[in-house]
Amino acid sequence: MSERTDRLLQIADDELFLGWRDSEWTGIAPFLEEDVAFSSIAQNEIGHARALYELAAAELGTTADELAFDRRPDEYRCAPLVQLRRLEWARTIARRWLYETADEIRLDALKRSVDPEIAGIAAKMDREEAYHRMHAEMWVDRLLATKEGSTRLDEAVDELWPYALGVLDDELRPELRRRVEERLGRTLSEVEAVPRTLHEAELAELWKEMTVVRRSEPAGSQW
Amino acid sequence: MVETALCEQDVWAALAGVPDPEIPDVSLVDLGVIKSVAVDGARVVVEFTPTFMGCPALERMRLELAQAIEMIGGAPEIRVLLDDSWSTDRITPQGREKLRAAGFAPPAPRPVGKLQLVQLQHGFRCPYCGSTDTRLDNIFGPTQCRSIRYCNACRQPFEQFKTI
Repeated sequence: MSERTDRLLQIADDELFLGWRDSEWTGIAPFLEEDVAFSSIAQNEIGHARALYELAAAELGTTADELAFDRRPDEYRCAPLVQLRRLEWARTIARRWLYETADEIRLDALKRSVDPEIAGIAAKMDREEAYHRMHAEMWVDRLLATKEGSTRLDEAVDELWPYALGVLDDELRPELRRRVEERLGRTLSEVEAVPRTLHEAELAELWKEMTVVRRSEPAGSQW
Repeated sequence: MVETALCEQDVWAALAGVPDPEIPDVSLVDLGVIKSVAVDGARVVVEFTPTFMGCPALERMRLELAQAIEMIGGAPEIRVLLDDSWSTDRITPQGREKLRAAGFAPPAPRPVGKLQLVQLQHGFRCPYCGSTDTRLDNIFGPTQCRSIRYCNACRQPFEQFKTI
């Protein structure tokens, strides 16, 4: 597998798993607007995954669905940040915000790629992600506005910080640190990033749920 | 049987009759998702540049474009572009008018730099009463492409087509 395909699968897997995790709020988010927001963001992230899988599939001679659902759990390359099961609200918001902040840095780098397909898809994704970022930033403003909110956001960010670093390659991590520290107005601890090679137990659990319909049908079924 | 050769205008005219699956008041040509049409004998190649990447209507759009070409005797090939070529700036002036008439505020033009939340807060016109005294209620709406706004003047919620 080429480095390009490997990279495409990393990002596609991130978007698929986060989309799936976000969709777990459908119907049970704290209020209706957030129910709509999380459902819409989830649909959007899974759409990005599909487009990225299609690019990878063209190179591997397979299909987007096969890449999304027919791999073994240990073959996925998503960052552990997006594998974690539905978190309580402050951590859910912290994860969304950390992911979107990291994703913007990653997309800005990909938009400058000499590969026109990669640059094109990154630019298209970035314009849609702008709305996810606005949503996350709005929540950060809201949490930072009260003592309880900022305490809970701080705790959540500290807990998820090693995971957030793991979304990006080494060279992009300092920029993530700079943005997050600037926004929160404090210094984050020096920690090891949680690498993509680590598979949380939650991944296998989510994989089972995500693929149950597909696995229940004989191979080759048309959907 | 001798068939009259198709020309590009025939194809554009046929595609102009294909409604958007979610907002049938506008056609796919109004939406600007047809990037190019090339005709070679009966073979018709259409470059289709999708709207939102997670839009569930994309497959249906592709199918309906193909059917419209078959209806006029063409052999369609719909090429789906995964690049950055569609934006809401591609919606035609007629398309924007049709959106407004159907109760959707058309999208604002794309800003030069990255879109910011503050640009979505004020100045949008209510499609019902024309007032600009409206507020953003939710960035996200019933589909990928829409936000929810509220008109303080006529007290109507309405949908705003997102700018991307």
